[in-house]
Amino acid sequence: MKQTCVMDTVAMDRALTRMAHEIVERSEDLGKIALVGIQGGGVRLAQRLAAKLQEITGKAVPCGMLDITMHRDDLSLRKKPPVARQTNIQFDVTGRHIIFVDDVLYTGRSTRAAMSEITDFGRPARIQLAVLVDRGHRELPIRADYVGKNIPTSKEQKVRVLAEEVIVE
Amino acid sequence: MNWTRKDLIAIEDLRPEEIVHVLDTALTFEEVGQRDVKKVPALRGKTMVNLFIEPSTRTRTSFELAAHRLSADVVNIMATASSITKGETLKDTALNLQALHADIIVIRHSSAGAAKFLADRLDVSVINAGDGAHEHPTQALLDAFTIRQKKGRIAGLNVTILGDILYSRVARSNIHLLTKLGANVTLAGPSTLVPRVFEQLGCRVCYNVEEAIADADVINLLRIQHERQRQTMFPSIGEYATIFGLTKERFARTKPDALIMHPGPINRGVEIDSDLADCKRSVILQQVSHGLAVRMAVLYLCASVQPVEEAA
Amino acid sequence: MNNLTIRNGRVIDPANKVDTVRDVYVRDGKIAAEPAPDAIVVDAAGLVVTPGLIDLHVHLREPGRSDKETIETGTRCAAFGGFTSVVCMPNTSPAADNTGTIAFIKQRAEAVGCVNVLPTGAITKNLEGAELAPIGSLKRAGIVAITDDGHCVQSNEIMRRALEYAKMFELPLMDHCQDNNLVSDGVMHEGYWSHLLGLKGWPSIGEEIIVARNIMLAEQVDWHVHCQHLSSAGSVRLVREAKKRGVKIFAEACPHHFTLTDESCKGYDANFKMSPPLREPRDVEAILEGLADGTIEVICSDHAPHCAFEKEVEFDKAPFGILGLETELALSLMALVHKKLLTLPQLVEKFTTGPARLLRLDKGTLSVGADADITVMDPAREWVYDVNQTSSKSRNTPFHGWAMKGKAVTTIVGGRVVWPKK
Repeated sequence: MKQTCVMDTVAMDRALTRMAHEIVERSEDLGKIALVGIQGGGVRLAQRLAAKLQEITGKAVPCGMLDITMHRDDLSLRKKPPVARQTNIQFDVTGRHIIFVDDVLYTGRSTRAAMSEITDFGRPARIQLAVLVDRGHRELPIRADYVGKNIPTSKEQKVRVLAEEVIVE
Repeated sequence: MNWTRKDLIAIEDLRPEEIVHVLDTALTFEEVGQRDVKKVPALRGKTMVNLFIEPSTRTRTSFELAAHRLSADVVNIMATASSITKGETLKDTALNLQALHADIIVIRHSSAGAAKFLADRLDVSVINAGDGAHEHPTQALLDAFTIRQKKGRIAGLNVTILGDILYSRVARSNIHLLTKLGANVTLAGPSTLVPRVFEQLGCRVCYNVEEAIADADVINLLRIQHERQRQTMFPSIGEYATIFGLTKERFARTKPDALIMHPGPINRGVEIDSDLADCKRSVILQQVSHGLAVRMAVLYLCASVQPVEEAA
Repeated sequence: MNNLTIRNGRVIDPANKVDTVRDVYVRDGKIAAEPAPDAIVVDAAGLVVTPGLIDLHVHLREPGRSDKETIETGTRCAAFGGFTSVVCMPNTSPAADNTGTIAFIKQRAEAVGCVNVLPTGAITKNLEGAELAPIGSLKRAGIVAITDDGHCVQSNEIMRRALEYAKMFELPLMDHCQDNNLVSDGVMHEGYWSHLLGLKGWPSIGEEIIVARNIMLAEQVDWHVHCQHLSSAGSVRLVREAKKRGVKIFAEACPHHFTLTDESCKGYDANFKMSPPLREPRDVEAILEGLADGTIEVICSDHAPHCAFEKEVEFDKAPFGILGLETELALSLMALVHKKLLTLPQLVEKFTTGPARLLRLDKGTLSVGADADITVMDPAREWVYDVNQTSSKSRNTPFHGWAMKGKAVTTIVGGRVVWPKK
């Protein structure tokens, strides 16, 4: 399979910095913001974004992680159970401005599951979505609020977010 | 790790990495139990039948709650209420449940092999909740979950199982699990209830309690069950408590961080001194809590495996 | 009618120390010295011709449980297996503890049986081990031995008196050796596998202690006690030692006890559940040795049919016992003759002179004038046992699908070919 690097280390970092600034600009109350990384690719990105927000605002931003496995809508269609990962949300969700962070936005189904699941922790005042890559092909009425890069793809292609770069194959 | 089992019948069947996978998955569910809404939709629309041909309150309740937390529907069938007492065979009972489109059958039965008997004949998931003196796999898994949480590991630990080994399904499942994960297992109790053949599974057999628990990191006490025993195995409950019971004096001479475990229900003053059951090093109630997470993991994993289509 | 010439077979007749290729003649249902002029010729070239085989231990289930087996279906299994006589056990319903039941069995056997049926009578009333059955009357009604098979007389006093009483009628006593206290509710051999599987143990000592008792009683009373279906190494040793002393102790073994071990129970399949149970490899070896050195002089099936719905249950809830008539010759040939533990004539003894001597029958021989009960077998024939083709009403066998070597090809009772059916 042919691989193409569409976002290198520098570009990725620049995108995250831009997203952090957009979050700050559009936030009504910075103190209410909490980031929630979606397992697995969103967790590391949420942590990096949180660090950038702290750089900009000088304040620590709560950051958690959410495993959406149990809320997937395709569990009964699979032959084998997907591996569940850690959920860790150490702050009160109610009244918060929650920003989900994920690596790739594709069908939108993970985001739906995440929205459904986060309400089991409380009632957020607002939920937004930040993704590093939006590759299109939405199957649900969901859009991202903060996008690192829009990458038009075909359904046959794969997008892989590595630690330092984004590859399309 | 690919989980491919629709049934959980015996720890003996599992590979070490499968055991670890269940324990890891249970960690996820333990977190769910701490949320405001302690429920996930993973098994929404599925039906679990608790088929308890032998009475049990705690295991049944634990499975029932686990299923509810996974959003499954639950039907309880007890021996007294079921047609088993009317002479229907286990096979017929099982086929009837399958005809009602149950997705999971959790079976507790006084006959060893009963869970396998169902699994061999049904397409639905069969979970063994205790079959005679054979196995009680979810109990061993929750024991291991507790040990791992408290001690950080299982490999290399000294675990002493004390009591009625001969008739205990909990003992068998624990022996298989602990030896597979590399613990050093000691079995102790009256010689009539602790057969030497378990040495062939890699266990140490010891009839002296003090010696058996001296180096133990974990002491797992088994219930002395008169109802399951031929009456000739030991003289009396009183003598058992004197010779084999975990008294304060005996416990004082163990490692300072040794844990006390018990699958319950406990006989205070028989296998364990009443105060010890409530002491800080007793994790008996935590075992109960962990049982929920472990059973959620087992139900989730097994019920999410689709039966393999047989070639025509 | 009933005139045959069985031509050119290898004739093995241990009673007459014969092992040679020759013809066997049947005239009017008896073995004859000369061929009858109108005899039908059976070509036995390349085959083995033996006296009709006798199975000393069979449950025909009639009267009482004709849903499991009948005299008709059970004797058809016997004919398929090469057996011309079967000794049926008294644990019917009602039990064969009265002359009426014996008369019924004989009458049914006469009407529908395709091989000879030799009934045994109970030792005690209703096999309960408490009061002696009318052994003398049963003898007059035609029994060949007494036994409480399926049960074991627990009282040493009753056992002693039964033996003394039976001696008067020259009736051998056959005992299912099982101490009920030691065995209790055991369902499989007590050992590694029972402990692993969590199934209650049926310990070897539960058999051996009764074998020892029977040896002592046989010695005291000086009469024949036959220990049924020996399963343990200890039992074989006890019998061997007693025989050396000249005690009138006899023993039988069943093919499942020398071809399978307790490990077979690991799938909880009740087709591996019988009493006494399958034991360890060392027990299997000891039984094979006992057969080889003559300690055990009889091989029998303990053919014990049970309905599928009774057997397809939890292991500890299933009844004990398996089918055996159709598989025992092949299994014995495979385990003993093909493995060169016994010669073919020695194996034939276990099915002919062995049981005939114990029961004082004038069967199990090809002597001129004897009943023309004859088995023609091909010890090398390879076949697969398919229980779905069985003549039995039941299907409880652990040997379904087994590749077999050795088969009865013609079974002749009183000069009539009863298998294969025309």
